Amino acid sequence: MSLLKIKESFTKTLKSFKQIIPMILGVILLVALFITAVPKSFYNIVFTGNKIIDPLLGATLGSIAIGQPITSYIIGGELLNHGVSLIAVIAFILAWVSVGTIQLPAESMIFGKKFAIIRNLMSFFSALIIAILTTLTLSFL
Amino acid sequence: MKKDSLKKNKSKWIFLASVIALYLVLTLVNFSLAKESFLAFLELLKQIFPIFAIVLFFMFISGLFFNAKKITISLGKNAGLKGWFISITGGILSTGPSYMWYPLLSELKENGMRDAFIVAFFYNRAVKISILPMMIYYFGLSFVIVLTFYMILFSVINGILMEKFLKVKYKN
Repeated sequence: MSLLKIKESFTKTLKSFKQIIPMILGVILLVALFITAVPKSFYNIVFTGNKIIDPLLGATLGSIAIGQPITSYIIGGELLNHGVSLIAVIAFILAWVSVGTIQLPAESMIFGKKFAIIRNLMSFFSALIIAILTTLTLSFL
Repeated sequence: MKKDSLKKNKSKWIFLASVIALYLVLTLVNFSLAKESFLAFLELLKQIFPIFAIVLFFMFISGLFFNAKKITISLGKNAGLKGWFISITGGILSTGPSYMWYPLLSELKENGMRDAFIVAFFYNRAVKISILPMMIYYFGLSFVIVLTFYMILFSVINGILMEKFLKVKYKN
């Protein structure tokens, strides 16, 4: 491997880093604000017990919420223990990990507005469909 | 082309400036929330730094060993099953927040990676081997198997649909 190629790849990586840094910093600042402003106990309060509204609420809250996937499973598990329906909990977890409302501006800038909006919308509806399918499949097992 | 890139570059800084402005306003309205959020930001930076280093390392390696031609073969229009396998496995194995992977995926896209594979990569980030024990503890093994199956299936469906929506046409 030539030294020139190493230098070339290093320069390219550095250039990409410089391009992405304002967006990454902006997104992290927003994420920090969100996790500070919204306590985890908030999710326990909002679910109503309604079989149609709760899954929609779950997917919507999951879409806005942000954090490590593990946090969504912990909150989801606790919601389930508090009597929230399995469909709502699955929709919440899936939307949490696959829909990124806060990152949407950054995703749009990188991959294009159309791509980002379609991807997030598809992920939102997939969360609802997978929640229904998983619950139905589990009821047959 | 150059004008487009300049506009894109400018919008990134405008985005960061808007978020900083939001923090400044918050400092005046609710100082303790602004302070706590900023401390959380520093903590997140600390957590994310190693992941960002990994991503940059991958970008460096990708620039070193893969050129546009090789990427097109593995993740391009004719990649077929191999492309799906790489993007699904990559999504499952990737760690950290999804936005940390934007630079690498953007670079791969510029070199010919299919939109469908990017979608599959992002969707499979929901499947995490490291949190499987936690999922089993809360929801049980059969739940985890069924959910994982549907998530992988829908990552492919979403990928294909994305290209239909974007009306991506690949010429042979």
